[in-house]
Amino acid sequence: MSNQSFDINAKLGKSWKKPPLVQQKWLRWTLLTGFLVYLVLAYWSIDVNWARVYVGLERGQKFILAFTDPDFTSRSADIWEGITESIVMTVASSVVGIAISIPIALGAARNVAPLPVYLVCRGIIAISRALQEIIVAILLVAIFGFGPLAGFLTLSFATIGFLAKLLAEDIESMDRVQAEAIKASGARWAQWINYGVQPQVMPRLIGLSVYRLDINFRESAILGLVGAGGIGATLNTAFDRYEYGTAAAILLIIIVLVMALEYLSGAVRARVQ
Amino acid sequence: MLRLEKLAKTYKTGDQALQAVDIEIPESQVLALIGPSGAGKSTLIRCINRLVEPTSGKVYLGDTELTRLSSGGLRRERRRMGMIFQEYALVERLTVMENVLSGRLGYVGFWRSFMRKFPQSDVDEAFRLLDRVDLAHMADKRADELSGGQRQRIGICRALIQNPALLLVDEPTASLDPKTSRQIMRLICELCRERRLAAIINIHDVALAQMFVQRVIGLRLGSVEFDGPPSGLTPEVLTSIYGEEDWEATIETVDDDDVATQ
Repeated sequence: MSNQSFDINAKLGKSWKKPPLVQQKWLRWTLLTGFLVYLVLAYWSIDVNWARVYVGLERGQKFILAFTDPDFTSRSADIWEGITESIVMTVASSVVGIAISIPIALGAARNVAPLPVYLVCRGIIAISRALQEIIVAILLVAIFGFGPLAGFLTLSFATIGFLAKLLAEDIESMDRVQAEAIKASGARWAQWINYGVQPQVMPRLIGLSVYRLDINFRESAILGLVGAGGIGATLNTAFDRYEYGTAAAILLIIIVLVMALEYLSGAVRARVQ
Repeated sequence: MLRLEKLAKTYKTGDQALQAVDIEIPESQVLALIGPSGAGKSTLIRCINRLVEPTSGKVYLGDTELTRLSSGGLRRERRRMGMIFQEYALVERLTVMENVLSGRLGYVGFWRSFMRKFPQSDVDEAFRLLDRVDLAHMADKRADELSGGQRQRIGICRALIQNPALLLVDEPTASLDPKTSRQIMRLICELCRERRLAAIINIHDVALAQMFVQRVIGLRLGSVEFDGPPSGLTPEVLTSIYGEEDWEATIETVDDDDVATQ
């Protein structure tokens, strides 16, 4: 089959090297030196106030030492209230967010939805992803006032951008022929989704949902800092009062809960493969 | 019962997959479609049930012009055309039973199918078909637990439970070993005879096609190059379909097989 002109003898006895990523030599070197120069200048431009760091180190040390003696008791009622509020926010926003995400994901998958629907759903996802949780939370706190309602709405909104996007991508990369076989039997659209598409993306949907539950809990701890309820509010108050013992206790509880969720999501994902 | 008139398909990429193909298939005839990769075999089959929209030309199933139907009408007509796929195309994460019953989706409403509450007659028929292909004991297994040959038998059940008038079969043996390939081809042809179904079978394996069907159509670059009985496939004909090659060996084995089976 050697009908192309290829001089095999010129290649024999010579070492072989992988072709470089950037073909032109000058461009390769310009990119590399440019990157190094930028790096040096960038580090140069960060100016550090060492006197301030020295003072801060002491405060940091006090904070870290508080971890050796976390104070669970003196604010236990506040902590308990914050934790339950966070969990309620997490579960409620995950359920609502996931329920809304699924139809949007179907609309945002090009192989399932017609073009106009696709564009609208992709638009919703883009908006949800462009607005960072904290920004949304600040806005919603301004509208609904302090408290978990703003946090719940923020997390539901953020869940849509995350879950719908990743689920839509999974739908787009599904096996086309399996779905085609269902279509060929004369199934209607909803039946086609239920039999041909849903079984293929179910493991991913479950995995992403548990993962999102995990993220929502962690986010609920942050959102309190801007007044959107949850354990974050309690944590913020503890910092404001310089009660590092209580703050350490709250952080330890968050770490334990996040690790438990991490373990749970790993276990669930391993089982649904 | 199936008539293609000047059926043509040009893909968006500009590839002319089919150029004005005319074929007529009478009641209960089993036909093999052969030809090199890229000759348009798969496109032809998919243009019939409009999984691929033909660019021009007409397809008649009985008296119905399929190419003119709205989506609702097309759904109803698709029920009369069972399709069997290369690589089986079972929904892997559904059970065997769900896969077979999915052939009835055109006949039941959404809620029934969503709740998996199919009419008793459908369930009975599914078990009868599974028993016919010796897989009734696998009904509750997940489809991806089965071997290739078993999966293709499930694929056949799924097509037959539609109670079709026509089978569209796309490379049923492409990923099977030689023995299983023959068993599957034999099963498809037997079932077509039992139920008096017409069938179009796309197939790579010329020898296998010759063994089982009454009529062969050779496709080359989207046009019909040969149409006749399997015995008409001489080395010259095969050369005109596939290009220059030594065909004696291919035809030879067929003769041997014929002797062996008689």
